[in-house]
Amino acid sequence: MGKILEVRWHGRGGLGAVTSTELVARAATNEGGYAQAFPSFGPERRGAPVIAFLRISDEFIRARTSIYEPDIVVVIDPRLLRVVDVTAGLKQNGVIVVNSMKSPEQLKSDFGYRWPVASVNATKIARETIKLPITNTAMIGAFLKVSDVVKIDSVIEELKERFGARAEANIEAMKRAYGETVIKE
Amino acid sequence: MAQKKLKTADELTWKDMEVGNVITEPGNASLRRTGDWRTERPIVDKEKCNKCGLCWLYCPDAAIKAVKDGYYEPDFFYCKGCGICARVCPREAITMIEEEEI
Amino acid sequence: MSRRVALEASHAVAEAVRMANVDVIAAYPITPQTHIPERLAEMVANGELDASYIPVESEHSAMSACLGSSAVGARAFTTTAGQGLELMHEAVYVASSMRYPIVMAICNRALSAPISVWADHSDVMAVRDTGWIQVFCQNNQEAFDMTLWAFRVGEDPKVLFPVMVNLDGFTLSHVTEPLFLPEQSEVDRFLPRLQYRLALDPEKPTTHGALGFPSIYAETKIAQEVALRKSKEIVLRGWEEFGNIFGRHYFPVEPYRTEGAKTLLLTMGSLSETAKMVIDIKQDKGEPVGLINLRLWRPFPFKELRQAVRDANTLIVFDRCISFGGPGGPVCSEIRSALYDQAKRPKVVGFVGALGGRDMSVKDFEYVVDRGREIAEKGSEELFEPVGVRGEVSGIRG
Repeated sequence: MGKILEVRWHGRGGLGAVTSTELVARAATNEGGYAQAFPSFGPERRGAPVIAFLRISDEFIRARTSIYEPDIVVVIDPRLLRVVDVTAGLKQNGVIVVNSMKSPEQLKSDFGYRWPVASVNATKIARETIKLPITNTAMIGAFLKVSDVVKIDSVIEELKERFGARAEANIEAMKRAYGETVIKE
Repeated sequence: MAQKKLKTADELTWKDMEVGNVITEPGNASLRRTGDWRTERPIVDKEKCNKCGLCWLYCPDAAIKAVKDGYYEPDFFYCKGCGICARVCPREAITMIEEEEI
Repeated sequence: MSRRVALEASHAVAEAVRMANVDVIAAYPITPQTHIPERLAEMVANGELDASYIPVESEHSAMSACLGSSAVGARAFTTTAGQGLELMHEAVYVASSMRYPIVMAICNRALSAPISVWADHSDVMAVRDTGWIQVFCQNNQEAFDMTLWAFRVGEDPKVLFPVMVNLDGFTLSHVTEPLFLPEQSEVDRFLPRLQYRLALDPEKPTTHGALGFPSIYAETKIAQEVALRKSKEIVLRGWEEFGNIFGRHYFPVEPYRTEGAKTLLLTMGSLSETAKMVIDIKQDKGEPVGLINLRLWRPFPFKELRQAVRDANTLIVFDRCISFGGPGGPVCSEIRSALYDQAKRPKVVGFVGALGGRDMSVKDFEYVVDRGREIAEKGSEELFEPVGVRGEVSGIRG
């Protein structure tokens, strides 16, 4: 079986974690690769913790089960860190990507993470670009900083198609987050 | 504030199921911690508060409780951080702060 | 030139319905099917699809509206899941008995109680006997392909039966992944215009839905049954034509690495793909285990199933639904029955799992294969074994 990247996104209903995975999956598809994006299913309600799964591979993806051992976890709301075990099953060489006002060092110290941590204040970026605290597009930028599995330009194309008139602001959010994400091993 | 520990699904076996899956404990929705949904929390400034009780009245989840001396305080076990209390307070005594700052 | 795009499976179904140029869509939204009627309503509203979208007040009305539409020769589509399928139950029988080629996509959902919006096969198993042609999809490409194929086969003058296209709720319906979309010209070549010769028409008056006295009812039912069995020929021809035009070939029973396999696992729907990963793991370890993906559920493919299990010692059947108080999972008991008269047949072992959206992981399927072989060898008191249920289970006996 080919190389496969498994990413678990932790969000809240209404904050667009599912959309993020779809956009990246579409971008990967347009590049000729294979991807699979699906939510952790449920009677979605705004604010409740949700999970979205993303798989990217250079071969057809067979697995249709939940992701138990992700390579990367992306947390688009920092409050989730206290509420959900975002690192459950995270591979030993996995990475945690968090939307937080705290630095990676502080997050590592606060939560005792042994994995590399990448953080960016996506909420601030989102408020300044799209004028809403919806961090999903910014967090795609953070994700792309730790994984080059998809080109940023491919995602920009998808953002244009999905958001139409609001695409510019979302693209800016993504690019800024990409630039401002800091990683600590 | 809820005290009783709620058994999670993972702890229940098929033998634990009541006939017809009937729930026999009245009012056990109160055991559900909806405070986990919060990204912002209300902070009350007692200096500004005039004990009018509007926050208590408007809270959609009955998550604001009357405390001693006539003041009102959010119950963070339930409070979802919707911010309605902050909006209706006539004295602007309630501010919403990012939960992460705690 | 077909295009490769990433679409959610629900949207892939909607796209197939659009390319099939249906005339009427009558559907009621129900989780997890909602993205299908939403997308179709959007397509009709913005002119992408020239059809009547009837926003009915219930699933019973949805099927009723489809009956009426089909009766006048319109190409009709509906979609539902779980409780919705049950709500239209009586009308589902009517559709097949009246031989209307309606196509229905079902995003398989567990039946209440307790309330569940998540995937299992209890909804479709409850309509086993309704007389529809029924197929199962593994992935988004199949969700698209089977929907198109369904119109071709159901409407064939030698068939005239409604068709159910099953895709697992959420675990398939809500997945975004790449698939190939054909050109409209290719679709038009594959799917001719519907020409229903018995359509209600003031110029040629007919009566549909008459009363059937005891003196005639039996004859009508035998006629229906024989016609459904015979329709298998067109089911196969439809897939053959599909393969010739679109390059993707489908079969009633699809074996995976079964050559030389002494143990076979049989699954349906999207679980087959996860199960194939386990077959690869087993084969890499030198264990002769293969998989059968059962695609055609009705009319049941006896010949192909018997052929596929000919050389196996053990056949492990994975059901995604319980037939309460019955002889095991619905699929397992039908397969046992299909093999009963064979001189040589494998031991059939039944498992039930993935109920109400419970995930079946690669490890879970590994367990099913290992434990299935153990049961085949040592026997078991239980009629079937549930997978992943907390608490030791006993008492599922005859």
